[in-house]
Amino acid sequence: MILTPEPDTHYLNMDLLRFTTAGSVDDGKSTLIGRLLYDSKSIFEDQMEAIEKTSRSSGEEEVNLALLTDGLKAEREQKITIDVAYRYFATPKRKFIIADTPGHIQYTRNMVTGASTAKLAIVLIDASKGVLTQSRRHAFISSLLQIPHLVVAVNKMDLVDYDETVFNRIVADFREFARKLDIQDITYIPISALKGDNVVSKRRTDKNGEEKDFMPWYNGSTLLHHLETVRVDASDNAVDFRFPVQYVIRPNQNFRGFAGRIASGRVSVGDEITVLPSRTTSKIKEIVTYDGNVEQAFPGDSVTLTIQDEVDISRGDMIVRRNNVPEVTSQFEAYLCWMNEEAMQTGRQYLLMHSTKTTLVYIDEVIYRMNVDTLERETSDELLLNEIGRVRLTTAQKVFIDAYRSNQKTGSFIIIDPASNVTVGAGMIRSKTTGKVSDTNNDTNAITEDNRKISPNVVWEPWNIDREEREKRNGHKAMVLWFTGISGSGKSTIAKALERKLWELGKHTILLDGDQVRHGLNGDLGFSKQDRSENIRRVGEVARLFFEHGNIVICTFVSPYAEDRAKVKLLFPEGRFHEILVTCKPETAQQRDPKGLYDKAKKGEIKGLTGYDEQHEMSNEHTIVIDTDKTTVDESLLTILDKINSED
Amino acid sequence: MKNAHLKVLEDEAIYIMREVAAQFERPALLFSGGKDSIVMVHLALKAFYPAKIPFPLLHVDTGHNFPETIEFRDNLVKRLGVELIVGSVQESIEKGRVKEETGPDASRNALQTVTLLDTLKEHQIDAALGGGRRDEEKARAKERFFSHRDVFGQWDPKNQRPELWDLYNGRKNMGESFRVFPISNWTEMDIWQYIAQEKIEIPEIYFSHERRVFNRRGVWLADTEFVNRLPEEEIVTKVVRFRTIGDATCTGAVLSSASNMDEIIQEVAAARQTERGNRHDDKRSETAMEDRKRQGYF
Repeated sequence: MILTPEPDTHYLNMDLLRFTTAGSVDDGKSTLIGRLLYDSKSIFEDQMEAIEKTSRSSGEEEVNLALLTDGLKAEREQKITIDVAYRYFATPKRKFIIADTPGHIQYTRNMVTGASTAKLAIVLIDASKGVLTQSRRHAFISSLLQIPHLVVAVNKMDLVDYDETVFNRIVADFREFARKLDIQDITYIPISALKGDNVVSKRRTDKNGEEKDFMPWYNGSTLLHHLETVRVDASDNAVDFRFPVQYVIRPNQNFRGFAGRIASGRVSVGDEITVLPSRTTSKIKEIVTYDGNVEQAFPGDSVTLTIQDEVDISRGDMIVRRNNVPEVTSQFEAYLCWMNEEAMQTGRQYLLMHSTKTTLVYIDEVIYRMNVDTLERETSDELLLNEIGRVRLTTAQKVFIDAYRSNQKTGSFIIIDPASNVTVGAGMIRSKTTGKVSDTNNDTNAITEDNRKISPNVVWEPWNIDREEREKRNGHKAMVLWFTGISGSGKSTIAKALERKLWELGKHTILLDGDQVRHGLNGDLGFSKQDRSENIRRVGEVARLFFEHGNIVICTFVSPYAEDRAKVKLLFPEGRFHEILVTCKPETAQQRDPKGLYDKAKKGEIKGLTGYDEQHEMSNEHTIVIDTDKTTVDESLLTILDKINSED
Repeated sequence: MKNAHLKVLEDEAIYIMREVAAQFERPALLFSGGKDSIVMVHLALKAFYPAKIPFPLLHVDTGHNFPETIEFRDNLVKRLGVELIVGSVQESIEKGRVKEETGPDASRNALQTVTLLDTLKEHQIDAALGGGRRDEEKARAKERFFSHRDVFGQWDPKNQRPELWDLYNGRKNMGESFRVFPISNWTEMDIWQYIAQEKIEIPEIYFSHERRVFNRRGVWLADTEFVNRLPEEEIVTKVVRFRTIGDATCTGAVLSSASNMDEIIQEVAAARQTERGNRHDDKRSETAMEDRKRQGYF
């Protein structure tokens, strides 16, 4: 029969949100999901009957909502969740797919799996326990997997008498930790999954049968309302067109179509394209679908492309726009999560599956292992089950990669053990290998090194001549010497003398001075905290450009905030950035007052002068400290040159 | 304008089907005649257009089908010009591969597993595309898109591969195989909405009709020659329809007057029972589905 009626429009225009939940056995994660399903009326009578029966037979008093989600027999017997389970529910606004993952440390791989397809993550925190190691681990993995939205659900508020101060303290603790992460959007919601507060609605019936809001101090959304309204499409890369060819469709001599799903960007009929790896160029002739040809196709669309010229294209090739091409390389660096009981070994042959291409791969080196609980970097030659590390890989065939941060589809890969055929690792590409970066210090800002501003429409242009090549010809290493300290401490004096000295020794140098950059490049910035941070950020990027061109870059900036300096440091390989604190007694600086700033500050003409009415933040990052009350310029130079030479 | 969430699910299913065609030597699409497998065929049409579906349909025939199902199947195969492989439970019984159950609850549902495995082996099928959905039953909530089966065709929940992003690892050793579930992320509602949106033809028995039925433990079973009716089970004529179509001995009908897609969608939206709530086979024990899956059930 042919069906004529159009579907009920009530169900039209629903979109879809995939989210992941992580929490330990005791955080009430299963209860929360049970609550979402139950309160959104997504549980059917027979399912409810089944769990009532099970609750009774295991001697529990209340119906255990967690039983709705704990699927397999073994798990229910042990009352834990050991694998990623997918749940579905829908409200009139949205369809939801939950990737429900266990939270215990040995299930890091499950969290990574669940997070890989999620656009939002819910991290559960037990209000009576506060921010625990595992809460931080969940947040870290969400950050590593670049989930754009994070919800911190502070659960069991009923156990702390719905106390606002408990909630605020947890929020403050988490915020402090989250500064080190790379997550754009974090929302904090106090809930009780058991009782239902703020899950679906703010109010619930109390024991006297009255409707009541138990947390009137909380003015934000309920969890479900947030899930229904958060923007889901904003994180798609709509710019860089990448089309991994999946399958060639050739029904007859006259049709040759390349089937695939648009990984990112968009494509239109007539677009000039390049096919990788052959680099053959052509134009898009048609975009074919069963429902008729279309003029344009978008990220996520499964389509079939035909092209104007006869070009040999097969599975594993990639069609891209002619002027926007990914890295074509056989060497790159990535974060790798190991997922198998058998440890990862360097120098062993594995298979790498990236987009639609599978090739042999060696994991050459573990640059460092990340302690997922402390975020510290540790030295290691191998990765064990559930460990995450930064590695360098070499593939047999070239792969077409983008950084995971800018493109999840072409920035991700899995590692397969060719002996067992099992998936043993999951990787997120960081970059093409640019020289050996060996750093095993306990730098807790590990992730923010990727946290750089990248204009959305810009593709990184590889260096024309590698830094290594330049260094070889220059006969010295490139490095950055960053002088920090209050006005009048003597930074500029020492820096100028140092540059002259290096110049005489035949080194390639650049001197970046605070006042100079503020006259041009940063002329639009003032002295607010925000502007000062931006000033330092820009200088850091400029220093990086000169650094990559093989120079010794000397920077003299008050740079009062430790965090700003730490961010700049992360732009450079370990051992190439030296922070030199130049210090003296405030009286000495005020007496020197080379620019007359202290004088103006005393007269009240300027405010916020570092060293007068604003603190200069110290940190543990200073490689060298020079006290100009006690040291002459020449002595300072010797100290600095000694330090540089000892690094060489 | 297409429904946004159905578009996402459709694109995903097409992607999976193409991965199967690319990664395996001899895939087949398991076709039961039910709405899920009809949707699967529709998705396969889209995935390989303008070419024909590049793999055969495989039907495990319990011999206890509703006649409408077989008629529908034969018409579909003819229209699409695809190969049809039929595995017969009757033959498996005759060959002594399985033993027919006896008693009032006798069903060939469990026997299908042996016939299915035998047929897959006979035709050297290395990937069987199934219409299983994760929302159907809790044992399915952890099922992968690419579900690995050992040389005995069995499923080991502890030995499943992690699936990340949209990278599906279909590598296997000789003799091993995969079950692939492209519509894992669909719910019953999605299926019905999609059938309505795409105007997909489905067998008449999904729409309300008068039928001779009897009630067994709350489930309305059709009066057919295949069911051993107990003396106290009285036949009545009711207006019913089916929410799932399986073996006639264990697929219950629901009392319903929904006679078109609109009404069915309204009914599904208001339903307080899962569709498998009418499946007798799932009610045998709490882990009935999980136990059958381990042995190689669909």
